[in-house]
Amino acid sequence: MLAHPDLTKLIFGRLTIDQLPLHEPIVVGTFIVVALGAIALLGAVTYFRLWGYLWREWFTSIDHKKIGVMYIILALVMLLRGFSDAIMMRAQQAISFGHNTGYLPPFHYDQIFTAHGVIMIFFVAMPFVNGLMNFVMPLQIGARDVAFPFLNNFSLWMTISGAVLVMISLFVGEFARTGWLAYPPLSDIVSSPDAGVDYYIWALQIAGVGTLLSGVNLLTTIIKMRAPGMTLMRMPIFTWTALCTNVLIVAAFPVLTAALALLALDRYAGTNFFTTMLGGNAMMYVNLIWIWGHPEVYILVLPAFGVFSEVTATFCRKRLFGYASMVYATVVITVLSYLVWLHHFFTMGSGASVNSFFGITTMIISIPTGAKIFNWLFTMYRGRIHFELPMMWTVAFMITFVIGGMTGVMLAIPPADFTLHNSLFLIAHFHNVIIGGVLFGMFAGVNYWFPKAFGFRLDPFWGKCAFWFWVVGFYFAFMPLYVLGFMGVTRRLSHFDNPDLQKWFVIAAFGAFLILLGILSMLMQFYVSFRDREKLRDVTGDPWDARTLEWSTSSPPPKYNFAFTPLIHDNDAWWQMKQHRYQRPLQGFQPIHMPKNTGAGMIMAGFATVFGFAMIWYMWPLAIVSFVALLATAIGHTFNYDRDYYIPSDDVARVEAARTELLASHV
Amino acid sequence: MSPSGDLALQERDLIIYSVVLMLLIIVPVMVLIVLFAWRYRASNKDAHYDPDWDHSTMLELLIWAAPLLIIIALGALTWVSTHKLDPFRPLDRIAEGRPVPADMKPLEVDVVALDWKWLFIYPEQGIATVNDLAAPVDRPIQFKITASTVMNSFFIPALAGQIYAMPNMETQLQAVINKPGNFEGFSANYSGDGFSGMKFVFHALSNDGFAQWIAQAKASGHALNREEYMKLVAPSSNEPVHRYGTVDATLYQAILTNCVQPDSMSCMPPMKPADAGAMQTGSDANGMAVAPMSHSQ
Amino acid sequence: MTADNGASKALSFHVEGEHHVPNGTLLGFWIYLMSDCLIFACLFAAYGVLGREYAGGPTTAQVLELPTVAVNTTLLLLSSITYGFAVLEMQANRRGVMMVWLAVTGLLGAGFIALELTEFAHLISIGAGPQRSAFLSSFFTLVGTHGLHVTSGLIWLVTLMVQVGRKGLTPANKRRLMCLSMFWHFLDLIWVGVFSFVYLMGVLP
Repeated sequence: MLAHPDLTKLIFGRLTIDQLPLHEPIVVGTFIVVALGAIALLGAVTYFRLWGYLWREWFTSIDHKKIGVMYIILALVMLLRGFSDAIMMRAQQAISFGHNTGYLPPFHYDQIFTAHGVIMIFFVAMPFVNGLMNFVMPLQIGARDVAFPFLNNFSLWMTISGAVLVMISLFVGEFARTGWLAYPPLSDIVSSPDAGVDYYIWALQIAGVGTLLSGVNLLTTIIKMRAPGMTLMRMPIFTWTALCTNVLIVAAFPVLTAALALLALDRYAGTNFFTTMLGGNAMMYVNLIWIWGHPEVYILVLPAFGVFSEVTATFCRKRLFGYASMVYATVVITVLSYLVWLHHFFTMGSGASVNSFFGITTMIISIPTGAKIFNWLFTMYRGRIHFELPMMWTVAFMITFVIGGMTGVMLAIPPADFTLHNSLFLIAHFHNVIIGGVLFGMFAGVNYWFPKAFGFRLDPFWGKCAFWFWVVGFYFAFMPLYVLGFMGVTRRLSHFDNPDLQKWFVIAAFGAFLILLGILSMLMQFYVSFRDREKLRDVTGDPWDARTLEWSTSSPPPKYNFAFTPLIHDNDAWWQMKQHRYQRPLQGFQPIHMPKNTGAGMIMAGFATVFGFAMIWYMWPLAIVSFVALLATAIGHTFNYDRDYYIPSDDVARVEAARTELLASHV
Repeated sequence: MSPSGDLALQERDLIIYSVVLMLLIIVPVMVLIVLFAWRYRASNKDAHYDPDWDHSTMLELLIWAAPLLIIIALGALTWVSTHKLDPFRPLDRIAEGRPVPADMKPLEVDVVALDWKWLFIYPEQGIATVNDLAAPVDRPIQFKITASTVMNSFFIPALAGQIYAMPNMETQLQAVINKPGNFEGFSANYSGDGFSGMKFVFHALSNDGFAQWIAQAKASGHALNREEYMKLVAPSSNEPVHRYGTVDATLYQAILTNCVQPDSMSCMPPMKPADAGAMQTGSDANGMAVAPMSHSQ
Repeated sequence: MTADNGASKALSFHVEGEHHVPNGTLLGFWIYLMSDCLIFACLFAAYGVLGREYAGGPTTAQVLELPTVAVNTTLLLLSSITYGFAVLEMQANRRGVMMVWLAVTGLLGAGFIALELTEFAHLISIGAGPQRSAFLSSFFTLVGTHGLHVTSGLIWLVTLMVQVGRKGLTPANKRRLMCLSMFWHFLDLIWVGVFSFVYLMGVLP
């Protein structure tokens, strides 16, 4: 360290050597494992000379398909982290009874449940949803890319930047110990003086910029770039749900940004928005955060509904029942999601009329949601159901989700909520809808669109192992929590007195173990599928005999997606083309106008990470430098007018001819 | 769920009714999912296959109307029960068929959530306890609830539902316990390090037993004045029971207004609970009076 | 909308030749502005909740000075008009005059920021800084966030002037000028809200 203490403080802020958890064997062990893994990975990349390839083809790519894939890789990596937190909590609660205080003191336990919630929502579910939308939606509307390809790359890297900050908190300092929404006064500077809440704030703010810009981008894409003939009522349901989700993102994330900014001002500038002194009002934070928070739930679940709609129609080999109903149901949910936020805090003492108003609006949401379930049900009716993996996830979802829906409506009745609020019943409920709805939907989507992205299907054997471990594990892990919730057991406890409860926690821990096997099976599924990729190869571009436009192009699609922009006459566009024995044109190709790759997004997000880290540790000079650098890069990027190029028609003809040959060789 | 108080009992019944009502639609849906999944599997070539059938006005009316009807019924149940079981509302009955006698005044208990323990002040009896609560069976209790620093939730599952305890604000719970016994109470809202140990026992006692319990506190000889309170607020976990024979009568109001140290800058009038949302200015939100209790529904 | 709708033989399933995709920049930027508007909505809401929480400190009437803010408002409103003139010149492809109007806009904006900073400095010097009370916190944040937006607008304006100077009135630059125009007018609109909601309602009885 530097000799001069003031200079040290100026440069390093409040970061001292003591902030490194060198005295925590578990954390040091984790760090060593992570570090070795990272060194091995970086070494392998260097050894195989992949840096140039990764930089050119992936990191700087503005291709929506690659960006979508990278989002999903981020989600899977963070799922491993979030799940490690989950299994640590389950283990702690299963053993921490009576004199045994378990292996995690509150200091660690409280960080773990906070990190688990934050990671699973912001860095697993959100990138999953964003990744699928990015990959699928432009293909479904017959576009060649999104409206703002550079912005798309920048959004991805900002999301990664937030995730990196959360991961850094594991080894430098600590994460928040406030619960995933960081309610003040607990999260204010008096009650949480250390860097944890600042990690939380900056990670979410930086990732939030990415999410918001991505919302603007995809929304513009859907409005402006649909193929000719694709009216709104001819859009595939997944695109409809993507539209509604992005409307929600654009209209909800600014509220999160504002709420966190005010919290940050309270912590950094000594303002009094949410303090308990000088007129501050902590309830305002709770209102604001849930005005974002409830729409967020639908931001996650609507695209999952979209996936199920596509999957059900495809694997039932039948048109989706009640297309219009489905669209209206989605739109109604979008609107209603803004009118229910208060149901997250009925116990804050609002009057009976306010509480029952929000309770009833909440219940009303179950009407369109119920209509959706019925629509899927009647799509199955008189279909020919092929139980491939995506369809299996869909059936599991339907059964699981109605249970979650029912418990949700129970919680929407204020007096019932007075008993069940903050209990493990609530935990069981939202895991029931988020795992049973969002995650199952994402898994269905990954199994469904994987062949489109990589040109080979995922291995069904390991996929089925993953499916059964996940589904059975889910029931073992969360049904006991419903029971415990009825017994009045509250959430976020690291220790219990009543020995009668222990058996339920042990069952739940067993369920978590099954889910672990499910996750391992998934990793195995990816590995085996890659190994057997020649056997699983999809040469047709349409392995499932599907209905929407993305299946009309090759797997994986060429850079430009479609050599000719499709013309749409029906909401099952590709199905109709097949019905009409449509022959893809083999000549007359034109040069195709495409955006160029750029590293500016990654560089800017890198500066944002440094800026966030500097702000967290009060390293003011570094914060100023990195912010100025960020701004300068952004401005510098606007001076680059050379952002696009044409793929020559010869190249297009060559790619298309190769496909023709491939198709002919496999008929 | 094992309710021993009238409110908890009604809340449990409400949960049962709502579940039954929803099962009316949930069970058929689940049966149909399994049935259709089995009957229309691809390998069953006997099943009718109709690939272009995607609309039926009758069915679509039905699938919107059926949930709608259930929600109308549930909505009515919600409106009525939310008003009836509003924790701010003074009780009109002790249990089913037993109205509150006209001359019976509720027992007032002032509750303060501290880091991380509960302080109970009995203004009528002039005593206070930490992490130990008692009340006579079948007498309405009026809890006035606030907190010292962070938000907690006051919850005795056997007695009634929970309500938040928030600094600088007062919430209320009006409840009654019908069976004698010792019940667990705790904070149901995460509040930091010592949260897991933030528990107390709620003793439901006979009138004599309650008098003895009060006498025990009086006999302790400790006094809860402002200095003693300032010592008590220092964060501590798994705090044992304390009893105070006398208590500063203005202490609770001082805590509520952030004025325990009167020269403090933070001294200010209490806010109304849940009144923060700008859009939430319905008559009810304003009608929720805080101290002194001025609304009667 | 069945798959087989009569004229099936005549259906064509792709666009011959190059399909022209409409540019989404202005729409996208407008959507972004709407989301920005929501941030301001939250800050207005916070001011609405906390705007009377003086905590024994200075009140709105003591803190806010209408004469200063009247000048301030005039500067900003004028800058919107001058930006409008700049856009008219842009459409007439008169680069030189347009640059003059942009420069005037920038000067007016800079004047606005200078006055605002003076006001803030004065308030802090008399002990009415953002830490003093919830009212002052929400006041400084709402007005300050608007000020930050104007500042970024100024940086953008200068950048654009350099770019127009180098590249001329290309379609890309015209699009950017139109985006900044939306941004600038949007900030004006927000300021009208701030002026009425915070200043007028705070000072007038």
